[in-house]
Amino acid sequence: MTALIDVQNLTLKFRTDEGLITAVDDVSFTIDRGEVMGLVGESGSGKSVTAKALMHLNAKNAVYTPESKILLHTEAGTVDVLKLRTAKELKIARGGAISMIFQEPMASFAPAITIGSQMVEQLLIHSDMNKARAKEISIEMLDRVGISDPSKRFDQYAFELSGGMRQRAMIAMALSTKPSLLIADEPTTALDVTIQAQVIDLMKDLVAEFHMGIIFITHDLGVIAQTADRVSVMYLGKIIEQGPVREVIRHAKHPYTQGLLAALPKLDDLDAPLTPVAGDIPSPLERPPGCVFHTRCPDFIGDVCKTKLPANASVDATHNVACHLYSEGAKA
Amino acid sequence: MSEKPLISARNLSVGFKIGSGFFNKSTLKAVDNVSLDIVKGSFFGLVGESGSGKTTLGRAFLKAVPITGGHATYQDDEVSYDLGTLTGPALKDFRTRAQLIFQDPYAALSPRMTVRDIIAEPLEVMGLTKTREETDARVREIAAKCRLNLEHLRRFPHAFSGGQRQRISIARALVSRPNFIVADESVAALDVSIQADVLNLLKEIQREMGLTFLFISHDLSVVAHTCDHLAVMYLGRLVETAPTRTLFKAPRHPYTKALFSAIPSLDPDDRRGGQKLIGEIPSPTNQPPGCKFHTRCPMVIDRCRVEEPSLENPGDGHSVSCHRWRELLTMPAE
Repeated sequence: MTALIDVQNLTLKFRTDEGLITAVDDVSFTIDRGEVMGLVGESGSGKSVTAKALMHLNAKNAVYTPESKILLHTEAGTVDVLKLRTAKELKIARGGAISMIFQEPMASFAPAITIGSQMVEQLLIHSDMNKARAKEISIEMLDRVGISDPSKRFDQYAFELSGGMRQRAMIAMALSTKPSLLIADEPTTALDVTIQAQVIDLMKDLVAEFHMGIIFITHDLGVIAQTADRVSVMYLGKIIEQGPVREVIRHAKHPYTQGLLAALPKLDDLDAPLTPVAGDIPSPLERPPGCVFHTRCPDFIGDVCKTKLPANASVDATHNVACHLYSEGAKA
Repeated sequence: MSEKPLISARNLSVGFKIGSGFFNKSTLKAVDNVSLDIVKGSFFGLVGESGSGKTTLGRAFLKAVPITGGHATYQDDEVSYDLGTLTGPALKDFRTRAQLIFQDPYAALSPRMTVRDIIAEPLEVMGLTKTREETDARVREIAAKCRLNLEHLRRFPHAFSGGQRQRISIARALVSRPNFIVADESVAALDVSIQADVLNLLKEIQREMGLTFLFISHDLSVVAHTCDHLAVMYLGRLVETAPTRTLFKAPRHPYTKALFSAIPSLDPDDRRGGQKLIGEIPSPTNQPPGCKFHTRCPMVIDRCRVEEPSLENPGDGHSVSCHRWRELLTMPAE
C-alpha cells in the first residue's frame, strides 16, 4: 500500500498570554489509501488540532516546530502541507486532496446560502468545470449519499434539513471534489444511534468506492471498533498507543487505553461496575513532566514516570505503546 | 414491585401552540397520551431519539411545561399534588421536592457566581434557611456528598473541569433535599472516563438519600447500567416499558429492538447488519396516521397504517404498544 499522508514529529504550540501552550507533542503517523484510521481521545487531547493541522487550518497563533512535517503524497508529487503559504498553494490541502466533515453540520453550512450553491462553489474553486456541470455533479453526490429528491434538496437551506440529512449533505459536499483523504471530526456524535448507524454504513461504502483514506476522530470506542482499521489513542497531545483496531481493543497495553475501555458501560454484563479513570485530564497549562498520564495512572511505577518521557515500545510489528511498563530496563 | 408510585401519569399530553396568524395555527403534541408510574426509590430511565418527547415529559413532571391533557400526580409521605392544577404556595413547596439536573454543565452554571453561591441559591430563593450560617452548613454538607471540598466552594465555575462542574450542578439540585430528581442527559456532555464517575455518584446519592430519579438519556448502554426500570418513547408516545433487565433480554417493540441493534459494538468483528432502521423520526407537526412507527418499521402490516396500537400490559410488568408483538415473540431471531 502506498502512504497517502505522512505525519512526522508534529509538534504544535499555541502562543497565548500565558505563554506557549503545547497542544500536540511529537506526533507521527501515516495513513494509506483505502484505510480508516481512528483517532480517539478525550476532550483536550489534541485530536481536533492534529486534524486541522493536516489542512493547515489552525489559528494564526499556532507555532509548529521546525521538525514537524506533514507530507501529502499526491499524483502530482509530494508536498509538505506546513510549507504551503498562499491561498493558492493551500488549495490542495483545503478541499483539493483533503476534505473535512465536522461534528455539527448546522454550524458547517452557511445558513443563508442554499446547500446547492455551497456545493457548486467549492467545485468551481477546485476544478475547472462550469456551473452547469458542477450542479449536475452536486446533485449526483446528494443522490449517492442517500438523500431523497436531491434536486429539490439542492435548492434548500441547511435549516430545512434534519440532522441526519445535513450530515449526509456535508459528506456529499466533502466528497464531491474526490479528495484522497477525508478527515471526519466526530461526524456522528451529534446524531441519534439509529442515524449514526446509517452514517457509519454510508462512510464505509464510500471508502470502498472512492478508495480514499479517512481519519475518523471520535471519543466513542464503539464507533471506532465498527469503522476503523487502525487506531491511535491520544492523551494530552501525545499518541500513547497505536495499532490495528482488533489488537488495541482486545489487547490494550497502555493503562489509559485500558482505563477508557473499562469506563465504557458494557451491554453484555449489566452487573459489571463502572470504573472511571481517576482524576481529570490536566490543563494544557500544567502539562505534567515525564509521562503525561502519570497523574492519573493506576499502574504508576515510580520516579521514572514522573521524570522520563516514555519511548515508543513495540508490542509487535504494528502495535506500539508509549509506557514505561513496556520499555526495556525501565522497571525498577 | 408493590410500592406506591411517587410520580404517576395518566393519559398525559403536552402540546405546544405553533404558528402565528389566524389560519396557520396548529398544535404540536410533544407528549401524547402517556401513562406511567415511577415507583418511589427507583432509578427510572427514559430513552428515545431526539424529538421523541422525552425531555418534555420530564419537564411536565416538574411542572415546567403546561400539561394540556390527562393527569400527572406527585405523592410522597407528606403531600399529594395534582401537577395539572398546582399553583401558589403548594407549587412553591413542590419546587423544593422536585429538582432538575441539566445536560450541559458549561451552560448551567453562572460564570459570575462562586460555587458556594451557586449551591446556596435554591436555599435562598426558596427561603429554606434563616441565617447565613445555616445556609453555609447545608451547602457544606451537600458539597461533601458530591465530593467537592471547601476549597472548591470559593472558586468560580471556569476553574473546574466538566466532571467537576456536573458535580456542582448535582449539589445544587440536591441542596433543597428533594425527593424527586429529573436528570436530563446529565452525562451526555462528559468524556467516557468521567461519565462513569458521575453515574456512580448519582447512584450512590440515590441510595443514600432514598431519592427517586427520572434519568433521561439517548445512550442505551448508560441507562442499562444505571436504571432499574426503563420506558422507551417514540414521537411523543410510550412504546414500551419494563424492568431494565427484562427489556434488554427480550425487547418486544420493533423500535426497541432496532435501537439496541444500532449501538455500535465494541467487538470489531461484530460489524453486523442487524436490523438497521431506515429513514428518520417523522416531524411531530406532521405525524403519520396509525402507529407512529409504521413509516420505519420492518414489521409493518396494513393494520399498522390505519389503527394506532395502545399500550398493552399483559400482566408481567412489561408493557408494549404494538399490534404484532405477540407474533414477533414466536418469530425466529434475525
